[in-house]
Amino acid sequence: MPINDLKKTPLYEEHLKLNAKMVPFAGWLMPLQYTGIIDEHMHAREKAGLFDIFHMGELFLRGPAAAKDVAGLVTCRIYDMHPGRCRYGFMLNDKGGIIDDLIVFRISEEEFMIVVNAGTVGKDEAWMRKHISPGTELANESAETAKIDIQGPLSGKIMGDLAGQQAVEQVRKYHFLNVEISGMPVLLSRTGYTGELGYELFFPVEYAPDMWKLLLAQEGVKPVGLGARDTLRMEMGYSLYGNDIDEKHTPLEANLARFVFFEKDFLGKPALLKQQGKGVSRVLKGFICDSRRSARSHFKVTSGGKEIGEVTSGAFSPCLKRGMGLCYIDSGSAKEGTGVTLTDGKVEVAARVAAIPLYRHKTQDPRHRTGKKS
Amino acid sequence: MIPKDLRYTKEHEWVRMEGEEAVIGITDHAQSEMGDITFVELPQIDKEVKQSAGLATVESIKAASDIYAPLSGRVIAVNEALEGSPEVINQAPYDTGWICRVSVTNPSEMDSLMDADAYEQYLEASEK
Repeated sequence: MPINDLKKTPLYEEHLKLNAKMVPFAGWLMPLQYTGIIDEHMHAREKAGLFDIFHMGELFLRGPAAAKDVAGLVTCRIYDMHPGRCRYGFMLNDKGGIIDDLIVFRISEEEFMIVVNAGTVGKDEAWMRKHISPGTELANESAETAKIDIQGPLSGKIMGDLAGQQAVEQVRKYHFLNVEISGMPVLLSRTGYTGELGYELFFPVEYAPDMWKLLLAQEGVKPVGLGARDTLRMEMGYSLYGNDIDEKHTPLEANLARFVFFEKDFLGKPALLKQQGKGVSRVLKGFICDSRRSARSHFKVTSGGKEIGEVTSGAFSPCLKRGMGLCYIDSGSAKEGTGVTLTDGKVEVAARVAAIPLYRHKTQDPRHRTGKKS
Repeated sequence: MIPKDLRYTKEHEWVRMEGEEAVIGITDHAQSEMGDITFVELPQIDKEVKQSAGLATVESIKAASDIYAPLSGRVIAVNEALEGSPEVINQAPYDTGWICRVSVTNPSEMDSLMDADAYEQYLEASEK
């Protein structure tokens, strides 16, 4: 796509001021890095990293039938979601394949915000429109909604200083609260894509530069780009839509069945039940390489010369100081500790199947031991 | 900024001649383009290489790059410090970030390499 067709976030000028290396991502011109991927990665794990996430989409469903509609669209448990609660889950196609991974926020009895990936907003909106009740209002408010993530051990204190210690202490994992920061209204959720204590801030787009500058001025905060965002989530074993999960893979194959609530009807459920009965031939697992050498997406997973899988995400882990990633692998070879060889036909990288998170942090958000929970 | 005493290739390798031996590395431009270097596959000692053949591999967070031999010769030393600390290439690409030392078999090949001014012009032209 020509560079002039790429969309710019409201913080584009701020990124240039910080000497960011800008790259295309999902139709947007985004900061890949500022000071360096490893430096930013470690800063988010040790202090607090700030992320411009404007590119993600925010879709609102409102009305008396909104709850019923949302429950039919996503795999998350909705019936017992009280306002202020949010959950991770999926929208599935007729084959049980993943249309998108998302987080559902219950704003009130009749209002939901669904946060979706940048590259799939259009597809998601069209799918929802096809399946909602006539009385339910669906509004794509992505252009009006800014999103900034702050992640890292210092983020609790920082948000407490800005939004009030009492308010911030109320926000438990996978919960959110409306707060005011320097007169700016913010939906503050305790969610994130790094595995660290952290928050996602949703607020009106006109405040974006002021909010960014205010947060950046806090002690211990540094900007972090998409390069480190990717290595941070990969160390946690979190899937990236388009790499590890897509329309051709179901949550069962992606080892994410815990985010599917089977005790209700939802689009894609019949296909999933069928697959549950038959079992899955390949499953998504983590791997850690034996050396600093990395394997990349599309490397084959082999054992004894036989192909038994494919790498979907691969990079160097700054914390483990080894290659790491995720791969689909034959169910029979998926046991943790299994030795495999990852290869692109030229390079061979020895690795072991590993449980996620691939990196365990001693100060890791305490409720976060086994990955995002529904 | 671009050291005057070195010679350069279009693939952004540099050479420092010391008698009949060539010390080889990658330029500041190359390390900056690659980002944080995470792994270096050093050549074997005694490996024979022809000019422009594959000599080593350097990996960064996202991608791998092949390093090509600027001159034909035999590898006589490698910078083993890069095994544990490949980031040295980012920090000091012309100095402690050297990759290997080659005993040169055809010194006239130096004529095909760019001097500092030519490399600087080459960089400016490719950035347009």
